[in-house]
Amino acid sequence: MKRYTKEHEWVELNGNVATVGISAHAADELGDITYVELPANGKTVTKGAAMAVVESVKAASDVFAPVSGTVVDVNSALEADPAMLNSAAETDGWFCKISGVAAADLDGLMTVEQYAEYAKK
Amino acid sequence: MSHASDAPANPTPLSDWHVKNGAKMADFAGWLMPIQYPTGIIAEHKQTREAAALFDICHMGEFSVSGPGAAAALDRMLPRGVCSQKVGVCRYNFLVNEQGGVIDDLLVYRMAAEEFFIVVNAGTADNDAKIIQSRLPDTVTFTDLRQALGKLDLQGPRCFEVLADLGLATDALPKYYSWGRYNFLGNEMIISRTGYTGERGVELYIPRNQALKYWEALTAHPLVKPVGLGARDTLRLEMGYPLYGHEMDENTTPVEAGFGAMLDYKTRPTLAQAALLLPPKKRLVGLKLEGRRAARNGMVLCDAAKKPVGTVTSGAFSPSLGYAVAMAFVEGAEAPAAGTPFLIGDPASAQLPASVVEMPFYKDATARK
Repeated sequence: MKRYTKEHEWVELNGNVATVGISAHAADELGDITYVELPANGKTVTKGAAMAVVESVKAASDVFAPVSGTVVDVNSALEADPAMLNSAAETDGWFCKISGVAAADLDGLMTVEQYAEYAKK
Repeated sequence: MSHASDAPANPTPLSDWHVKNGAKMADFAGWLMPIQYPTGIIAEHKQTREAAALFDICHMGEFSVSGPGAAAALDRMLPRGVCSQKVGVCRYNFLVNEQGGVIDDLLVYRMAAEEFFIVVNAGTADNDAKIIQSRLPDTVTFTDLRQALGKLDLQGPRCFEVLADLGLATDALPKYYSWGRYNFLGNEMIISRTGYTGERGVELYIPRNQALKYWEALTAHPLVKPVGLGARDTLRLEMGYPLYGHEMDENTTPVEAGFGAMLDYKTRPTLAQAALLLPPKKRLVGLKLEGRRAARNGMVLCDAAKKPVGTVTSGAFSPSLGYAVAMAFVEGAEAPAAGTPFLIGDPASAQLPASVVEMPFYKDATARK
């Protein structure tokens, strides 16, 4: 089940491995994405700390880890084709997989319906 | 450039149209302007390079300076002479302070021996009007045309086809950096072969209260799409064109910004002549970055040994070239040679490698064709 942060990241947990990315709404707000920097494989990330960078033509933004854990896979296709975020931010445009995630890290994150309401504001 | 006050942004005659058509709007220099339409900046950028793009430039300002002594007064005021400028020609020029700092960059059209039409930036227009007037003798009349005129820029290699389809005899259009008076869609107007994209293009000075009529007529043409300020910025950056507030300000001379060769202040008494003859304190350079990641305005420029030597003024991913480019000031009187390596960003963090390249970055633009 997908959950969303207030900073517009999404996270989907399978066992203790989370797949994370940024929301389609966030990608749309950023405009044409021209650059993505992903964390290195094996890196330890901390919930709420900067994990990746996204740049559009006009601006650069940090992407925050929605959960804590260890990066075990990164979507290198996204670094090669950042525009993928504008077409498939919540599917093919995933950022990385994070292992060793505590289910409690997802407490308080928004459901898809809650996020849709939040993103309207 | 952002607007300093909290006053709500002024709408142009076209702001409602932009909103209705899904544009992302922002306050630019006090005006409510379209940054991009739903297709996005990169598509709009390519539209301009490949077909035809229409820009709402109704935020910019236009003044008329006319009467006996107008040419001599402007000649004294501006570091690029206007007495040597032929009627019918447009010249890029600079309003400067006594230290040679740029109060604004502007276009001067010579309309007649003693009549000039001046086009200025939106954010500086009020101050420009005050300063220009204060430097004119009583025999010269200054007229603020901002309430009367709107400005639309039609830019792109196929823009002449558009104008021809709308009934303008394009064989009679002026040459690059010239202007003429034309009857177009029911009004006589000034049209110049100028622009800020590098592409073949015209700037139309239309009656402000008919801006929507012209906008709708032009955007109805299948070759034309509306383009916002986001792509206008990447287009001008690829050409190495300066943006006031970034590559120029009151602490930067036109020589430092790279325009020394087009100026004739050395041979002609002019307001800031003494200051402009001093060695420049900094030089503007074009930088090609190694990757897609862009440098941004305000980032530190370091030499290869990580010593800070300047500041980035503009930077973006170049949609035409597929890599990031930037402009930056480097301290010192001499511009570094092409190929000189630099590092961009805080020396304590990972820096972006870049090297000096000749501008324009994009070499295939059609403006002069």
